Amino acid sequence: MSPRLTLSTTARVLGQLRHDRRSVGLLIGAPLLLLTLIYFMFEKNGATLDRVLLIMLGVFPFLLMFLVTSIAMLRERTSGTLERLFTTPLGKLDLLFAYGLAFGLAATVQAIVATTVAYWLLDLDTAGNGALVVLIAVGNALLGVGLGLLCSAFARTEFQAVQFLPIVVLPQILLSGLFVPRAEMAGWLEGVSTAMPLAHGVEALQQVGASVDATADLWRGYGVVMGCVVLALVLAASTLRRRTA
Amino acid sequence: MKTAIDVQDLVVARGGKEVLHGLCARVPHGGITGLLGPSGSGKTTLMRSIVGVQRVKSGRVTVLGEAAGTPSLRRKVGYFTQSPSVYTDMTVRENVRYFASFYGLGAAAADETIKEVGLQEQAGQIVRTLSGGQHNRASLACALVSRPELLILDEPTVGLDPVLREELWAHFRQLAADGATLVVSSHVMDEANRCDRLILIREGAVVADDTPDAIKKQAGTDDLDRAFLTLVQEKAEVA
Repeated sequence: MSPRLTLSTTARVLGQLRHDRRSVGLLIGAPLLLLTLIYFMFEKNGATLDRVLLIMLGVFPFLLMFLVTSIAMLRERTSGTLERLFTTPLGKLDLLFAYGLAFGLAATVQAIVATTVAYWLLDLDTAGNGALVVLIAVGNALLGVGLGLLCSAFARTEFQAVQFLPIVVLPQILLSGLFVPRAEMAGWLEGVSTAMPLAHGVEALQQVGASVDATADLWRGYGVVMGCVVLALVLAASTLRRRTA
Repeated sequence: MKTAIDVQDLVVARGGKEVLHGLCARVPHGGITGLLGPSGSGKTTLMRSIVGVQRVKSGRVTVLGEAAGTPSLRRKVGYFTQSPSVYTDMTVRENVRYFASFYGLGAAAADETIKEVGLQEQAGQIVRTLSGGQHNRASLACALVSRPELLILDEPTVGLDPVLREELWAHFRQLAADGATLVVSSHVMDEANRCDRLILIREGAVVADDTPDAIKKQAGTDDLDRAFLTLVQEKAEVA
Protein backbone atom coordinates (compact mmCIF):
# COMPACT_ATOMS: atom_id res chain seq x y z
CA MET A 1 0.00 0.00 0.00
CA SER A 2 1.14 3.54 -0.70
CA PRO A 3 -0.35 6.48 1.22
CA ARG A 4 0.36 8.79 -1.73
CA LEU A 5 -1.60 6.65 -4.19
CA THR A 6 -4.40 6.10 -1.69
CA LEU A 7 -4.75 9.83 -1.16
CA SER A 8 -4.62 10.74 -4.84
CA THR A 9 -7.34 8.16 -5.47
CA THR A 10 -9.39 9.54 -2.57
CA ALA A 11 -9.11 12.97 -4.16
CA ARG A 12 -10.19 11.53 -7.50
CA VAL A 13 -13.32 9.86 -6.03
CA LEU A 14 -14.22 13.07 -4.18
CA GLY A 15 -13.61 15.00 -7.41
CA GLN A 16 -16.11 12.79 -9.21
CA LEU A 17 -18.59 13.40 -6.42
CA ARG A 18 -17.98 17.16 -6.66
CA HIS A 19 -18.91 17.10 -10.36
CA ASP A 20 -22.12 15.27 -9.51
CA ARG A 21 -24.08 17.89 -7.56
CA ARG A 22 -27.35 16.02 -7.81
CA SER A 23 -25.94 12.92 -6.12
CA VAL A 24 -24.46 15.05 -3.34
CA GLY A 25 -27.84 16.73 -2.87
CA LEU A 26 -29.60 13.38 -2.67
CA LEU A 27 -26.98 11.94 -0.33
CA ILE A 28 -27.46 14.80 2.13
CA GLY A 29 -31.14 15.49 1.49
CA ALA A 30 -32.66 12.01 1.40
CA PRO A 31 -31.94 11.13 5.06
CA LEU A 32 -33.35 14.51 6.17
CA LEU A 33 -36.54 13.88 4.26
CA LEU A 34 -36.93 10.39 5.73
CA LEU A 35 -36.10 11.54 9.28
CA THR A 36 -38.78 14.24 8.95
CA LEU A 37 -41.23 11.58 7.80
CA ILE A 38 -40.42 9.54 10.91
CA TYR A 39 -40.91 12.63 13.05
CA PHE A 40 -44.48 13.04 11.86
CA MET A 41 -45.16 9.29 12.13
CA PHE A 42 -44.26 9.20 15.83
CA GLU A 43 -44.96 12.82 16.76
CA LYS A 44 -47.40 11.83 19.50
CA ASN A 45 -45.11 9.24 21.10
CA GLY A 46 -41.89 10.90 22.30
CA ALA A 47 -40.11 7.78 23.61
CA THR A 48 -40.66 5.80 20.40
CA LEU A 49 -39.69 8.82 18.31
CA ASP A 50 -36.36 9.11 20.12
CA ARG A 51 -35.68 5.41 19.74
CA VAL A 52 -36.53 5.23 16.02
CA LEU A 53 -34.80 8.52 15.09
CA LEU A 54 -31.64 7.41 16.84
CA ILE A 55 -31.58 4.02 15.11
CA MET A 56 -32.36 5.53 11.71
CA LEU A 57 -29.49 8.00 12.11
CA GLY A 58 -27.29 4.90 12.01
CA VAL A 59 -29.23 2.90 9.42
CA PHE A 60 -29.50 5.50 6.62
CA PRO A 61 -25.75 6.05 6.23
CA PHE A 62 -25.26 2.28 6.09
CA LEU A 63 -27.95 1.78 3.47
CA LEU A 64 -27.05 4.76 1.27
CA MET A 65 -23.31 4.18 1.32
CA PHE A 66 -23.77 0.50 0.49
CA LEU A 67 -25.74 1.47 -2.60
CA VAL A 68 -23.48 4.31 -3.69
CA THR A 69 -20.28 2.30 -3.27
CA SER A 70 -21.42 -0.86 -4.98
CA ILE A 71 -22.57 1.13 -8.01
CA ALA A 72 -19.43 3.31 -8.04
CA MET A 73 -17.18 0.26 -7.94
CA LEU A 74 -19.20 -1.48 -10.60
CA ARG A 75 -18.97 1.55 -12.84
CA GLU A 76 -15.23 1.37 -12.38
CA ARG A 77 -15.34 -2.22 -13.57
CA THR A 78 -17.72 -1.82 -16.53
CA SER A 79 -16.06 1.35 -17.85
CA GLY A 80 -12.73 -0.47 -18.14
CA THR A 81 -11.01 1.93 -15.76
CA LEU A 82 -10.59 -0.83 -13.15
CA GLU A 83 -8.68 -3.02 -15.59
CA ARG A 84 -6.60 -0.03 -16.55
CA LEU A 85 -5.83 0.80 -12.91
CA PHE A 86 -4.61 -2.77 -12.53
CA THR A 87 -1.88 -2.08 -15.09
CA THR A 88 -0.61 0.87 -13.02
CA PRO A 89 1.32 0.89 -9.72
CA LEU A 90 -1.96 1.45 -7.81
CA GLY A 91 -2.53 -1.39 -5.33
CA LYS A 92 -5.86 -3.07 -4.68
CA LEU A 93 -5.85 -1.93 -1.06
CA ASP A 94 -4.96 1.62 -2.16
CA LEU A 95 -8.07 1.64 -4.32
CA LEU A 96 -10.39 0.12 -1.72
CA PHE A 97 -9.17 2.25 1.19
CA ALA A 98 -9.43 5.31 -1.05
CA TYR A 99 -13.09 4.51 -1.61
CA GLY A 100 -13.49 4.03 2.13
CA LEU A 101 -11.83 7.37 2.89
CA ALA A 102 -13.71 9.33 0.23
CA PHE A 103 -17.14 7.98 1.06
CA GLY A 104 -16.31 8.06 4.77
CA LEU A 105 -15.68 11.79 4.40
CA ALA A 106 -18.95 12.21 2.51
CA ALA A 107 -20.69 10.20 5.22
CA THR A 108 -19.25 12.45 7.92
CA VAL A 109 -20.81 15.50 6.29
CA GLN A 110 -24.05 13.59 5.88
CA ALA A 111 -24.07 12.42 9.51
CA ILE A 112 -23.28 15.89 10.91
CA VAL A 113 -26.12 17.47 8.94
CA ALA A 114 -28.62 14.69 9.74
CA THR A 115 -27.73 14.56 13.45
CA THR A 116 -27.85 18.35 13.80
CA VAL A 117 -31.27 18.45 12.18
CA ALA A 118 -32.49 15.55 14.34
CA TYR A 119 -31.47 17.30 17.60
CA TRP A 120 -32.52 20.85 16.71
CA LEU A 121 -35.58 20.47 14.53
CA LEU A 122 -36.92 16.99 15.21
CA ASP A 123 -36.70 17.10 19.04
CA LEU A 124 -34.30 14.15 19.34
CA ASP A 125 -33.31 13.67 22.95
CA THR A 126 -30.45 11.44 24.08
CA ALA A 127 -28.75 11.05 27.46
CA GLY A 128 -25.33 10.92 25.80
CA ASN A 129 -23.43 13.31 23.55
CA GLY A 130 -24.57 13.93 19.94
CA ALA A 131 -20.96 13.81 18.73
CA LEU A 132 -20.96 10.11 19.59
CA VAL A 133 -24.02 9.67 17.36
CA VAL A 134 -22.08 11.18 14.46
CA LEU A 135 -19.07 8.97 15.18
CA ILE A 136 -21.15 5.79 15.21
CA ALA A 137 -23.17 6.85 12.15
CA VAL A 138 -19.91 7.31 10.20
CA GLY A 139 -18.78 3.87 11.38
CA ASN A 140 -22.01 2.40 10.03
CA ALA A 141 -21.54 4.29 6.76
CA LEU A 142 -18.06 2.78 6.45
CA LEU A 143 -19.61 -0.62 7.07
CA GLY A 144 -21.90 0.06 4.10
CA VAL A 145 -18.86 1.08 2.03
CA GLY A 146 -16.92 -2.05 2.99
CA LEU A 147 -19.78 -4.45 2.31
CA GLY A 148 -20.65 -2.58 -0.90
CA LEU A 149 -17.09 -2.98 -2.20
CA LEU A 150 -17.04 -6.63 -1.19
CA CYS A 151 -20.37 -7.39 -2.89
CA SER A 152 -19.47 -5.54 -6.06
CA ALA A 153 -16.59 -7.97 -6.48
CA PHE A 154 -19.21 -10.67 -6.97
CA ALA A 155 -21.36 -8.68 -9.38
CA ARG A 156 -20.63 -8.40 -13.07
CA THR A 157 -23.47 -6.00 -13.88
CA GLU A 158 -25.45 -3.24 -12.15
CA PHE A 159 -28.40 -5.58 -12.31
CA GLN A 160 -26.62 -8.14 -10.15
CA ALA A 161 -25.21 -5.48 -7.84
CA VAL A 162 -28.59 -4.12 -6.74
CA GLN A 163 -29.75 -7.67 -5.94
CA PHE A 164 -27.29 -7.69 -3.06
CA LEU A 165 -29.34 -5.02 -1.32
CA PRO A 166 -32.21 -7.33 -0.26
CA ILE A 167 -29.76 -10.11 0.61
CA VAL A 168 -27.04 -8.25 2.50
CA VAL A 169 -28.64 -5.02 3.71
CA LEU A 170 -32.29 -5.71 4.51
CA PRO A 171 -31.77 -8.64 6.92
CA GLN A 172 -29.33 -6.52 8.89
CA ILE A 173 -31.88 -3.72 9.20
CA LEU A 174 -34.70 -6.14 10.12
CA LEU A 175 -32.64 -7.79 12.85
CA SER A 176 -30.89 -4.64 14.08
CA GLY A 177 -33.37 -4.07 16.90
CA LEU A 178 -35.38 -1.48 15.02
CA PHE A 179 -38.61 -3.51 14.93
CA VAL A 180 -38.10 -5.88 17.84
CA PRO A 181 -35.54 -5.29 20.60
CA ARG A 182 -32.84 -7.92 20.15
CA ALA A 183 -33.23 -9.15 23.74
CA GLU A 184 -36.85 -10.10 22.98
CA MET A 185 -35.98 -12.18 19.91
CA ALA A 186 -36.05 -16.00 19.94
CA GLY A 187 -32.66 -17.32 21.05
CA TRP A 188 -31.53 -18.46 17.57
CA LEU A 189 -32.70 -15.23 15.99
CA GLU A 190 -30.79 -13.19 18.51
CA GLY A 191 -27.78 -15.32 17.66
CA VAL A 192 -28.23 -14.52 13.98
CA SER A 193 -28.54 -10.83 14.73
CA THR A 194 -25.35 -10.94 16.80
CA ALA A 195 -23.57 -12.19 13.70
CA MET A 196 -24.78 -9.11 11.79
CA PRO A 197 -22.36 -6.19 12.07
CA LEU A 198 -25.04 -3.49 11.80
CA ALA A 199 -26.75 -4.74 14.98
CA HIS A 200 -23.63 -3.76 16.93
CA GLY A 201 -23.68 -0.26 15.47
CA VAL A 202 -27.33 0.10 16.46
CA GLU A 203 -26.51 -1.25 19.93
CA ALA A 204 -23.83 1.43 20.30
CA LEU A 205 -26.34 4.13 19.29
CA GLN A 206 -28.82 2.88 21.86
CA GLN A 207 -26.11 3.20 24.49
CA VAL A 208 -25.77 6.89 23.58
CA GLY A 209 -29.53 7.19 23.99
CA ALA A 210 -29.54 5.62 27.45
CA SER A 211 -26.32 6.72 29.19
CA VAL A 212 -24.80 10.10 29.85
CA ASP A 213 -21.26 8.78 29.54
CA ALA A 214 -19.85 6.60 26.79
CA THR A 215 -20.24 3.04 28.10
CA ALA A 216 -18.01 0.04 27.53
CA ASP A 217 -20.86 -1.54 25.55
CA LEU A 218 -20.85 1.48 23.25
CA TRP A 219 -17.14 1.12 22.47
CA ARG A 220 -17.50 -2.63 22.07
CA GLY A 221 -20.30 -2.16 19.49
CA TYR A 222 -18.33 0.52 17.67
CA GLY A 223 -15.23 -1.67 17.76
CA VAL A 224 -17.10 -4.62 16.22
CA VAL A 225 -18.36 -2.38 13.41
CA MET A 226 -14.90 -0.95 12.66
CA GLY A 227 -13.35 -4.42 12.81
CA CYS A 228 -15.92 -5.61 10.26
CA VAL A 229 -15.09 -2.61 8.05
CA VAL A 230 -11.41 -3.57 7.91
CA LEU A 231 -12.31 -7.23 7.43
CA ALA A 232 -14.68 -6.38 4.56
CA LEU A 233 -12.05 -4.20 2.84
CA VAL A 234 -9.36 -6.86 3.12
CA LEU A 235 -11.78 -9.54 1.88
CA ALA A 236 -12.79 -7.26 -0.97
CA ALA A 237 -9.13 -6.82 -1.92
CA SER A 238 -8.57 -10.56 -1.91
CA THR A 239 -11.59 -11.22 -4.12
CA LEU A 240 -10.65 -8.50 -6.60
CA ARG A 241 -8.80 -10.13 -9.48
CA ARG A 242 -6.19 -8.39 -11.55
CA ARG A 243 -6.41 -11.09 -14.17
CA THR A 244 -9.81 -11.84 -15.62
CA ALA A 245 -10.98 -14.26 -18.29
CA MET B 1 18.77 -7.52 -30.84
CA LYS B 2 17.31 -7.11 -27.37
CA THR B 3 13.85 -8.55 -26.78
CA ALA B 4 11.11 -6.46 -25.20
CA ILE B 5 8.35 -9.06 -25.26
CA ASP B 6 8.67 -12.79 -25.61
CA VAL B 7 5.50 -14.85 -25.93
CA GLN B 8 5.82 -18.61 -25.86
CA ASP B 9 3.11 -21.20 -26.50
CA LEU B 10 0.43 -18.89 -25.16
CA VAL B 11 -2.98 -20.52 -24.80
CA VAL B 12 -5.89 -18.35 -23.73
CA ALA B 13 -9.58 -19.16 -23.57
CA ARG B 14 -12.25 -16.51 -23.25
CA GLY B 15 -15.90 -17.25 -22.69
CA GLY B 16 -15.28 -21.00 -22.99
CA LYS B 17 -13.65 -20.64 -26.41
CA GLU B 18 -9.95 -20.93 -27.07
CA VAL B 19 -8.79 -17.63 -28.56
CA LEU B 20 -5.02 -18.09 -28.69
CA HIS B 21 -3.76 -21.56 -29.53
CA GLY B 22 -0.13 -21.80 -28.45
CA LEU B 23 0.89 -18.46 -29.90
CA CYS B 24 4.58 -17.59 -30.12
CA ALA B 25 5.84 -14.09 -30.89
CA ARG B 26 8.75 -11.82 -30.12
CA VAL B 27 8.84 -8.05 -30.05
CA PRO B 28 12.30 -6.46 -30.29
CA HIS B 29 13.34 -3.63 -27.99
CA GLY B 30 12.76 -0.19 -29.51
CA GLY B 31 10.75 0.83 -32.54
CA ILE B 32 7.11 0.28 -33.44
CA THR B 33 5.73 -3.22 -33.83
CA GLY B 34 2.36 -3.47 -35.52
CA LEU B 35 -0.04 -6.17 -34.40
CA LEU B 36 -2.35 -6.79 -37.30
CA GLY B 37 -5.20 -9.09 -37.98
CA PRO B 38 -8.92 -9.15 -38.60
CA SER B 39 -11.31 -8.38 -35.79
CA GLY B 40 -11.66 -11.39 -33.51
CA SER B 41 -8.21 -12.71 -34.34
CA GLY B 42 -6.95 -12.35 -30.77
CA LYS B 43 -5.11 -9.01 -30.88
CA THR B 44 -6.72 -7.61 -27.74
CA THR B 45 -6.35 -10.91 -25.88
CA LEU B 46 -2.64 -10.97 -26.70
CA MET B 47 -2.25 -7.35 -25.53
CA ARG B 48 -4.13 -8.06 -22.30
CA SER B 49 -1.82 -11.01 -21.68
CA ILE B 50 1.19 -8.75 -22.19
CA VAL B 51 -0.01 -6.18 -19.64
CA GLY B 52 -0.93 -8.97 -17.23
CA VAL B 53 -4.69 -8.63 -16.86
CA GLN B 54 -5.61 -11.68 -18.93
CA ARG B 55 -6.06 -15.04 -17.25
CA VAL B 56 -4.00 -17.45 -19.33
CA LYS B 57 -4.37 -21.20 -19.62
CA SER B 58 -0.76 -22.04 -20.36
CA GLY B 59 2.35 -20.61 -21.93
CA ARG B 60 4.75 -17.89 -20.93
CA VAL B 61 4.80 -14.14 -21.53
CA THR B 62 8.03 -12.33 -20.65
CA VAL B 63 8.00 -8.54 -20.71
CA LEU B 64 11.23 -6.53 -20.33
CA GLY B 65 12.85 -9.59 -18.82
CA GLU B 66 10.15 -10.32 -16.25
CA ALA B 67 6.99 -12.41 -16.20
CA ALA B 68 4.00 -10.39 -17.47
CA GLY B 69 2.00 -8.91 -14.61
CA THR B 70 4.99 -8.56 -12.26
CA PRO B 71 4.35 -5.50 -10.03
CA SER B 72 7.59 -3.76 -11.05
CA LEU B 73 6.42 -3.80 -14.69
CA ARG B 74 3.46 -1.58 -13.85
CA ARG B 75 5.82 1.41 -13.73
CA LYS B 76 7.33 0.61 -17.12
CA VAL B 77 4.36 -0.40 -19.23
CA GLY B 78 1.60 1.89 -20.49
CA TYR B 79 -1.66 0.42 -21.74
CA PHE B 80 -4.27 2.01 -23.96
CA THR B 81 -7.46 -0.03 -24.13
CA GLN B 82 -9.51 -0.34 -27.26
CA SER B 83 -12.61 1.26 -25.78
CA PRO B 84 -11.44 4.47 -24.11
CA SER B 85 -11.30 3.90 -20.36
CA VAL B 86 -11.16 7.21 -18.55
CA TYR B 87 -13.49 8.74 -15.99
CA THR B 88 -16.20 10.32 -18.13
CA ASP B 89 -17.51 12.42 -15.23
CA MET B 90 -14.20 14.25 -14.76
CA THR B 91 -12.34 16.74 -16.93
CA VAL B 92 -9.51 15.75 -19.26
CA ARG B 93 -7.02 17.50 -16.98
CA GLU B 94 -8.29 15.73 -13.84
CA ASN B 95 -8.03 12.36 -15.59
CA VAL B 96 -4.50 12.84 -16.86
CA ARG B 97 -3.32 14.32 -13.55
CA TYR B 98 -4.78 11.34 -11.71
CA PHE B 99 -2.89 8.86 -13.88
CA ALA B 100 0.25 11.04 -13.62
CA SER B 101 0.03 10.85 -9.82
CA PHE B 102 0.69 7.08 -9.89
CA TYR B 103 4.20 7.78 -11.11
CA GLY B 104 4.90 10.73 -8.83
CA LEU B 105 4.41 13.13 -11.73
CA GLY B 106 2.79 16.50 -11.28
CA ALA B 107 0.54 18.90 -13.14
CA ALA B 108 3.27 19.99 -15.57
CA ALA B 109 3.75 16.49 -16.97
CA ALA B 110 -0.01 16.09 -17.33
CA ASP B 111 -0.45 19.40 -19.14
CA GLU B 112 2.45 18.58 -21.45
CA THR B 113 0.86 15.25 -22.44
CA ILE B 114 -2.54 16.87 -22.97
CA LYS B 115 -0.85 19.23 -25.42
CA GLU B 116 0.81 16.33 -27.19
CA VAL B 117 -2.51 14.65 -27.96
CA GLY B 118 -3.93 18.01 -29.06
CA LEU B 119 -6.50 18.45 -26.29
CA GLN B 120 -5.21 21.65 -24.67
CA GLU B 121 -8.41 23.50 -25.58
CA GLN B 122 -10.57 20.74 -24.09
CA ALA B 123 -8.42 20.27 -20.96
CA GLY B 124 -11.08 21.73 -18.66
CA GLN B 125 -13.95 19.92 -20.33
CA ILE B 126 -15.80 16.96 -18.79
CA VAL B 127 -14.86 13.88 -20.84
CA ARG B 128 -18.51 12.87 -21.33
CA THR B 129 -19.06 16.03 -23.39
CA LEU B 130 -16.16 15.36 -25.79
CA SER B 131 -16.45 13.89 -29.27
CA GLY B 132 -15.53 10.24 -29.79
CA GLY B 133 -12.11 11.06 -31.16
CA GLN B 134 -11.36 13.51 -28.35
CA HIS B 135 -12.51 10.97 -25.77
CA ASN B 136 -10.09 8.50 -27.33
CA ARG B 137 -7.22 10.96 -27.12
CA ALA B 138 -7.99 11.74 -23.48
CA SER B 139 -7.60 8.04 -22.81
CA LEU B 140 -4.39 7.93 -24.84
CA ALA B 141 -2.97 10.84 -22.82
CA CYS B 142 -3.44 8.79 -19.64
CA ALA B 143 -1.32 5.99 -21.14
CA LEU B 144 1.38 8.34 -22.42
CA VAL B 145 1.77 10.57 -19.37
CA SER B 146 4.21 8.31 -17.51
CA ARG B 147 6.58 8.06 -20.55
CA PRO B 148 6.60 4.28 -20.26
CA GLU B 149 9.41 2.17 -21.62
CA LEU B 150 6.85 -0.06 -23.31
CA LEU B 151 3.55 1.17 -24.72
CA ILE B 152 0.77 -1.23 -25.59
CA LEU B 153 -1.75 0.61 -27.74
CA ASP B 154 -4.90 -1.23 -28.77
CA GLU B 155 -6.27 0.42 -31.92
CA PRO B 156 -5.31 3.96 -30.89
CA THR B 157 -6.28 5.67 -34.15
CA VAL B 158 -9.78 4.25 -34.62
CA GLY B 159 -12.30 6.96 -35.37
CA LEU B 160 -9.71 9.69 -35.89
CA ASP B 161 -9.61 11.92 -38.95
CA PRO B 162 -6.60 11.60 -41.30
CA VAL B 163 -4.93 14.77 -40.01
CA LEU B 164 -5.03 13.62 -36.40
CA ARG B 165 -4.01 10.13 -37.34
CA GLU B 166 -0.96 11.56 -39.09
CA GLU B 167 -0.12 13.66 -36.03
CA LEU B 168 -0.43 10.73 -33.66
CA TRP B 169 1.76 8.51 -35.81
CA ALA B 170 4.36 11.27 -35.93
CA HIS B 171 4.13 11.34 -32.15
CA PHE B 172 4.53 7.55 -31.89
CA ARG B 173 7.59 7.86 -34.15
CA GLN B 174 9.02 10.47 -31.80
CA LEU B 175 8.45 8.24 -28.77
CA ALA B 176 10.20 5.37 -30.54
CA ALA B 177 13.05 7.69 -31.50
CA ASP B 178 13.35 8.60 -27.81
CA GLY B 179 13.87 4.93 -27.02
CA ALA B 180 10.40 3.59 -26.22
CA THR B 181 9.06 0.31 -27.54
CA LEU B 182 5.56 0.54 -29.00
CA VAL B 183 3.15 -2.23 -29.86
CA VAL B 184 0.25 -0.86 -31.87
CA SER B 185 -2.68 -2.98 -32.96
CA SER B 186 -4.76 -2.14 -35.97
CA HIS B 187 -6.85 -3.80 -38.58
CA VAL B 188 -6.06 -1.08 -41.10
CA MET B 189 -3.25 -2.25 -43.37
CA ASP B 190 -2.42 1.31 -44.35
CA GLU B 191 -1.09 1.79 -40.82
CA ALA B 192 1.00 -1.35 -41.06
CA ASN B 193 3.35 0.36 -43.48
CA ARG B 194 4.32 2.81 -40.77
CA CYS B 195 5.61 0.08 -38.45
CA ASP B 196 9.16 -1.19 -38.15
CA ARG B 197 7.98 -4.74 -37.70
CA LEU B 198 4.70 -6.52 -38.16
CA ILE B 199 3.10 -9.45 -36.46
CA LEU B 200 0.17 -10.69 -38.50
CA ILE B 201 -2.20 -12.87 -36.58
CA ARG B 202 -5.30 -14.71 -37.63
CA GLU B 203 -7.54 -16.99 -35.59
CA GLY B 204 -5.19 -16.91 -32.64
CA ALA B 205 -2.01 -17.89 -34.46
CA VAL B 206 0.84 -15.92 -36.01
CA VAL B 207 0.73 -15.82 -39.81
CA ALA B 208 3.83 -13.69 -40.29
CA ASP B 209 6.38 -11.90 -38.11
CA ASP B 210 8.81 -9.72 -40.01
CA THR B 211 9.46 -6.21 -41.37
CA PRO B 212 6.77 -4.84 -43.73
CA ASP B 213 9.19 -5.01 -46.65
CA ALA B 214 10.18 -8.61 -45.98
CA ILE B 215 6.53 -9.61 -45.68
CA LYS B 216 5.71 -7.96 -48.99
CA LYS B 217 8.72 -9.60 -50.63
CA GLN B 218 7.81 -13.00 -49.23
CA ALA B 219 4.32 -12.70 -50.66
CA GLY B 220 5.61 -11.22 -53.92
CA THR B 221 3.45 -8.11 -53.82
CA ASP B 222 3.75 -4.42 -52.96
CA ASP B 223 0.38 -4.31 -51.31
CA LEU B 224 0.23 -5.38 -47.63
CA ASP B 225 -3.46 -6.24 -47.86
CA ARG B 226 -2.69 -8.64 -50.70
CA ALA B 227 0.40 -9.94 -48.91
CA PHE B 228 -1.69 -10.76 -45.85
CA LEU B 229 -4.19 -12.68 -47.97
CA THR B 230 -1.45 -14.56 -49.79
CA LEU B 231 0.26 -15.57 -46.56
CA VAL B 232 -3.01 -16.74 -45.04
CA GLN B 233 -3.72 -18.87 -48.10
CA GLU B 234 -0.20 -20.35 -48.10
CA LYS B 235 -0.57 -21.22 -44.45
CA ALA B 236 -3.93 -22.87 -45.12
CA GLU B 237 -2.40 -24.97 -47.93
CA VAL B 238 0.45 -26.13 -45.74
CA ALA B 239 -1.98 -27.17 -43.02
